[in-house]
Amino acid sequence: MSYLKIDRVVKSFPLAGGKEALVLNDIRLNIEMGEFVSIIGHSGCGKSTLLNLIGGLTQVTTGVIKLEGREVNAPGPDRAIVFQNHSLLPWLSVYDNVKMGVRKVFGGTKTRAERHDWIMANLDLVKMAHAADKKPGEISGGMKQRVGIARALAMEPKILLLDEPFGALDALTRAHLQEAVMDIHARLKNTMIMITHDVDEAVLLADRIVMMTNGPAATIGEVLSVPLDRPRHRIALASHPEYIRAREAVLRFLYERHRFVEAAE
Amino acid sequence: MNVTALKTTPAQPAEPPVAKVLPLPAAALRSQWPGKVKDVLLTMVLPPVAVIVTLLALWQLALSGGGASLPSPLEIWQQSGDLILNPFYVTGSQDMGLGWRVLTSLERVGVGFGLAAVVGVLVGAVIGQSVWLMRGVDPLFQVLRTVPPLAWLPISLAAFMDSRPSAIFVIFITAIWPIIINTTAGVRAIPQDYRNVAAVLRLNQFEFFFKIMVPSAAPYIFSGLRIGVGLAWLAIVAAEMLTGGVGIGFFIWDSWNSSLLTDIFVALLYIGITGFVLDRLVAFIGRVVSRGTMT
Ligand SMILES: Nc1ncnc2c1ncn2[C@@H]1O[C@H](COP(=O)(O)OP(=O)(O)OP(=O)(O)O)[C@@H](O)[C@H]1O
Ligand SMILES: [Mg+2]
Repeated sequence: MSYLKIDRVVKSFPLAGGKEALVLNDIRLNIEMGEFVSIIGHSGCGKSTLLNLIGGLTQVTTGVIKLEGREVNAPGPDRAIVFQNHSLLPWLSVYDNVKMGVRKVFGGTKTRAERHDWIMANLDLVKMAHAADKKPGEISGGMKQRVGIARALAMEPKILLLDEPFGALDALTRAHLQEAVMDIHARLKNTMIMITHDVDEAVLLADRIVMMTNGPAATIGEVLSVPLDRPRHRIALASHPEYIRAREAVLRFLYERHRFVEAAE
Repeated sequence: MNVTALKTTPAQPAEPPVAKVLPLPAAALRSQWPGKVKDVLLTMVLPPVAVIVTLLALWQLALSGGGASLPSPLEIWQQSGDLILNPFYVTGSQDMGLGWRVLTSLERVGVGFGLAAVVGVLVGAVIGQSVWLMRGVDPLFQVLRTVPPLAWLPISLAAFMDSRPSAIFVIFITAIWPIIINTTAGVRAIPQDYRNVAAVLRLNQFEFFFKIMVPSAAPYIFSGLRIGVGLAWLAIVAAEMLTGGVGIGFFIWDSWNSSLLTDIFVALLYIGITGFVLDRLVAFIGRVVSRGTMT
């Protein structure tokens, strides 16, 4: 029995005029505890939709998603999401943004002082403790994503869901945050699912790469294991044969077998 | 929460260098100050003063011929000047400075508008959560909001049978529509991102209202409150025609009945300035409260 089980999941959205748009078709995926899974696929294929289904923000049309044997059908702090565009509340300080989740999850079990320490520990984890009193408007995009990660981690989720968290960042900041995520994964050994557009990011971070076919009615085309030891270092990996092979396999999938066809919009 | 007191790990980036503010030599400061004051006087004070003086002069010229039905500025000054100079005197139950009267009216408006603000934001919050409900009530509200305060008077009197609650109701019902309509718009405009955050945290309705909805919709709510406070103040004359007493609205009604036309002009001045101050006050509070949402 796997930790997270996605079984024959179909998702369609109702369209105007009574029709249905089939976005995801027959998704089957099992994820083990502590695993790092990347989901890659062309824009609009339904990656966010799949992540939102796991997060419980939307409901499956048919099929079932189970976490530790229990069906997932509502959002909850056990599946924290780092959103595509940080989604920090701009009127709260960095500290208060994290605190909101901590209060909700640990309000009954931790004392006020313990909660404070926990918030600061999580901000420390993403190296943002120095900006605890700043408002989101006063920090850079990369810093906001860090805080978004801290907010999610602070809820001590069973699974951390990251929806293309570094998509809007420059390459250098991106590399820093990838290191941060690897570091956190190594320390906390939590289960992570991360959507990405970036082949190198997928190979560098993931234990397994889930490649999705193009929509509509997207499904999982291929799942690739990345048997590289951790900790991983991007420079050492660059010439590693296993890394090169994995990278090539993903590229082939994306650009030869499932080329992005410009949809007639 | 004291962050600076926490130990920083060596990995943390050093504090960015802070730009130093160099003190200007005293001489430079002195030569700058009169310039600043002069600038402000020229750009902010001079234009309105010039316009007002010109208008007063024209008014004086137009009505000083004698036999005019309206008083000229000089006549107003001669007959009712003490009302301008002495806002806070009390010499009898109906003989007091206009400042006191404005305060009495403000209290009344405060109650009516306060109720309208609370009820309006709550109703708007509920309606904004449901597209169906919003479509249903919007036309109704759009119609009701155009009903003038005076038209509510008889209805209100018939309903409450008593002048005091009726007067407050008239203010309430005049002010509430823009508050509801704007709050509804603000709630509809809450980004899906914030709703997702609330969903992941499993915020209940109460928490969602205070932690997401109010801060996120604050700019909308406050523009509604600003329109609302203006309307509430507009309704004061209508409301006090009912109640009598010492309010500024009733003072106008009373002066009209005693043919003290010049007093009415002075009262208009007080009402106008008070309305202006109220408007600026709500706008200021709104700016302070929704500072975070704007970014
Ligand atoms: N609420 C919805 N109603 C109707 N259609 C939707 C809805 N949400 C998503 N879709 C459709 O589902 C498809 C997949 O969207 P999704 O956001 O999951 O793509 P994505 O893979 O995350 O894309 P990107 O990489 O650009 O973020 C799109 O065609 C989109 O139009
Ligand atoms: Mg997406």
